[in-house]
Amino acid sequence: MFKNLFNNLFNKAIYTGLLTITLLASPQLSARGVYQSGPDFIAEVFTPQQPEAGVLWFNDNIREQAEKILGHRVLGLRVRYHHSAGKSAWILNEIGKEMPITIGVVIDQGKISSVKILAYRESRGGEVRYPAYMAQYQGATLTDSYKLDKSIDGITGATLSVWAVNKVAALALYYHSQVASQPQ
Amino acid sequence: MKKQLLAALIGLSFAATTQAATPSVEEMWEIIQKQQKQISALKNQLNTNDSRLTETEIIAEATISAVEKIALEPVSVSKTHIGGYGELHYNNLEKDNGSGDKNEVDFHRFVLFTSHQFSDSIRFFSELEVEHSIAGDGQVGEVELEQAYIEWDLANNKTAKAGLFLMPVGILNETHEPDTFYGTERNAVEKNIIPATWWEAGATLNGELSPGLSYDVAAHSGLFLDDGEYKPRDGRQKVGKAKADDMAFTGRLKYTAIPGLELAASLQMQTDMHQGEGDKIAGTLFETHLAWQKDDFQLRALYAAWDFDDAINSIKAGADEQTGFYIEPSYKITEKMGVFARYSEYDNTAGSAADSAVEQMDIGMNYWLHPNVVFKIDYQNQDNSAGTGSDGINLGVGFSY
Repeated sequence: MFKNLFNNLFNKAIYTGLLTITLLASPQLSARGVYQSGPDFIAEVFTPQQPEAGVLWFNDNIREQAEKILGHRVLGLRVRYHHSAGKSAWILNEIGKEMPITIGVVIDQGKISSVKILAYRESRGGEVRYPAYMAQYQGATLTDSYKLDKSIDGITGATLSVWAVNKVAALALYYHSQVASQPQ
Repeated sequence: MKKQLLAALIGLSFAATTQAATPSVEEMWEIIQKQQKQISALKNQLNTNDSRLTETEIIAEATISAVEKIALEPVSVSKTHIGGYGELHYNNLEKDNGSGDKNEVDFHRFVLFTSHQFSDSIRFFSELEVEHSIAGDGQVGEVELEQAYIEWDLANNKTAKAGLFLMPVGILNETHEPDTFYGTERNAVEKNIIPATWWEAGATLNGELSPGLSYDVAAHSGLFLDDGEYKPRDGRQKVGKAKADDMAFTGRLKYTAIPGLELAASLQMQTDMHQGEGDKIAGTLFETHLAWQKDDFQLRALYAAWDFDDAINSIKAGADEQTGFYIEPSYKITEKMGVFARYSEYDNTAGSAADSAVEQMDIGMNYWLHPNVVFKIDYQNQDNSAGTGSDGINLGVGFSY
């Protein structure tokens, strides 16, 4: 019995080992980690122009609306962004399930022109960073109820990550709309 | 004389006048010195104002940064997280053969998640559950540790786990917060065939082969069928002094490259379901599923099949094949309300010619009061050849955080 058991285990160990080696030798693709730094993202967005750095200060109205969009408190006094010729770029963090996701959002003339995951730290839901997912946000604007006017198809088992990106995309659109109303 | 005196007086007066209008060189020097002092003083004052302005800006920046740091600190430095979920059910069911009704209210599950981030690449995750509200000798419920593992990133695209973890099989086994699925009770196929919720102890490796194609391989403790038992659900040892004479292996491939779509297939192998006690019975589970969401429409479909050695038929005829499937379309009428229908069928003795399948039709509605708080109502119609199927209404309230 022990011999059989040993043989079985040995065979399985060999198969598992081979499978593991095959998988380990597979192309390197990152699932979790930092994909792009903030400065690199800004440079990529505005190239060849040099964007100006801006600061949006939170007055009571902005803070209240931002909190409604995110569904939780907004801490801090301001948010920094970059802009040039009607286009603005925002780097915002939002927790998916447990860990913050760093998201870059570019708004051009009041519409989302691109969304990019700059860092992903959750165990599940890394699919949100794929271009196919991010492309869904292109052209989205804000409805009167401060939500995206486009439906975003999600990820089974990682709903919270998709919600986090949806909320940040809506928040960047809202911040962009508020920039004009503040003295720079 | 008078003229001389007058001339002298005029001369004096002129000299005095000339002296007042044009200062001497010494006087001029004195005036310049005074003015220079004044200029320097004014310059200094200006410089002081300038440096005060710069200083004010620095102080403002430092204050704002400090306020933001203090305000954000509880979020940014918290390495330990607590979460959880719970679901309260009310079942009002009637047996087809009139052998008994079920009219019960049950706090089915109350769960606490605790996780801790040791470093950027090493973390711990756990799930502790109280089932049926009360546990202990002679009580109806149980306290169970369903997850407790260390996870660490080996590389950007590879993660390893060691400890007690949920099997990478099916739709609900790993993601079963009540706000994530339709129906008050979990579907009967995953419960009775897979058998969800199913956890084992061991090690696993997860990674990506290409964007949207991921794999899991796991070596872990296995099921144990005690005397007279033949259903996979009876074999769950729950990693409590579990027999570990025979290990098991699980692999999964998952495709998620298209937004809204998940396609997956899992294979689980165990060489002896009796763990060295009695006849050796090997078992293999194959499971595949689809979860597809397009706008407000969602479709879930799953097929699972256990294939055991024929020796199991001496325990229960036809138990060598145990299969099940379900299909569940759903539609979100509004952001908060969705309706669903599910047809499911499973058979724990599918290897026999006798009609032993259990068929179930569910229709119902979820109402999300908040994205993580859900109320559920559904009607179930269950049929089997023995006439022991249950029909009736289920109500539920669930939450996760």
